[in-house]
Amino acid sequence: MTLSSSGAHLIGQKIGMTRVFDEKGVSVPVTVIQVGANVVTQVRSPDVDGYAAVQIGAGDIKPRNSTMPLIGHDAKAGSAPLRHHKEFRVPEKDLGNYELGQELTLGALEGVRFVDVIGTSKGKGFQGTMKRHNFKGQQASHGVERKHRSPGSIGGHATNRGHSGKLKKGKRMSGQMGNERVTVRSLDIVRIDAENNLLLVKGPVPGHNKAWVEIRPAIRLYKSKVQKG
Amino acid sequence: MGHQQILESVNADAIKTDLPRLDIGDTINVHCRIVEGEKERIQIFQGTLISRKGRGINEMITVRRVVDDIGIERTWPINSPFISKFEVMRRADARRAKLYFLRDRVGKSRRLRDRRRGLKHIQAETAGAQ
Repeated sequence: MTLSSSGAHLIGQKIGMTRVFDEKGVSVPVTVIQVGANVVTQVRSPDVDGYAAVQIGAGDIKPRNSTMPLIGHDAKAGSAPLRHHKEFRVPEKDLGNYELGQELTLGALEGVRFVDVIGTSKGKGFQGTMKRHNFKGQQASHGVERKHRSPGSIGGHATNRGHSGKLKKGKRMSGQMGNERVTVRSLDIVRIDAENNLLLVKGPVPGHNKAWVEIRPAIRLYKSKVQKG
Repeated sequence: MGHQQILESVNADAIKTDLPRLDIGDTINVHCRIVEGEKERIQIFQGTLISRKGRGINEMITVRRVVDDIGIERTWPINSPFISKFEVMRRADARRAKLYFLRDRVGKSRRLRDRRRGLKHIQAETAGAQ
């Protein structure tokens, strides 16, 4: 079965980055993602659950590290205990493509040239506006004192005030940076090694090595990629 | 298989196994493949190997040569398909891993001592490596 961009995603583990030389000899930076067997652990139908979705499980876990309810849940799908379970909305008409216990592998990406990869970015902690939003900061001299990295004015009444005298929501300021869900769109698939369950995509992917990421066929391509494809 | 082994296995077949022994300080010929449109030709860059860094597929070499008193350094991945061959022209005596000090040298002091004294050793080593 081939995945569509509006269906379930594959769950894989980021192994790390390296380089490969393409057929022209050009060095291509790649991220290696290990995608083992993904098991359909539950199919949610509109009749029973009120909406259409599939739950995908992936990753080995020792039974003693899982819980009895989860072990039973995975056993219903005929699978050993799984580490991660994720639910994905599926269009109702495609629900018939999935059945309980079905295994999705990298074969599902056959014929796909671009993928989106979703993960949790590395946490950077509480950061100022220069690092977080690429603000310029203030001048190094010309009378600037102790304010070299501060954001400056956050605007006057006319531009930035919402109702009730407060700032509009979403004003860019200091705060937590990273450790959030990030989608990287339309990455080139460099190689699919189905034998070793490895997927090589061009460029970086959110998260640290060993982080778990979701992979789906690209929903919408960038203009340059459309021309390429 | 550990994660590092997986990364190494991804490009294991791209790593060259037929490399000669390349030591720091050696004068080497690098045969670069240059593609111009349809045509392809080989350009030879001769210089002193001043640095090797990285490991596995990421290993880079830096070769320095001086033309008309202007130093030229080129850096390649040692496993790049754009390099068809390495030839060792001369072995030299280098006492450090990186010969960046050659950049500040002018005139005759640029030369490195030939490794004649131990040449027998080197030949034996090379034979052993192959």
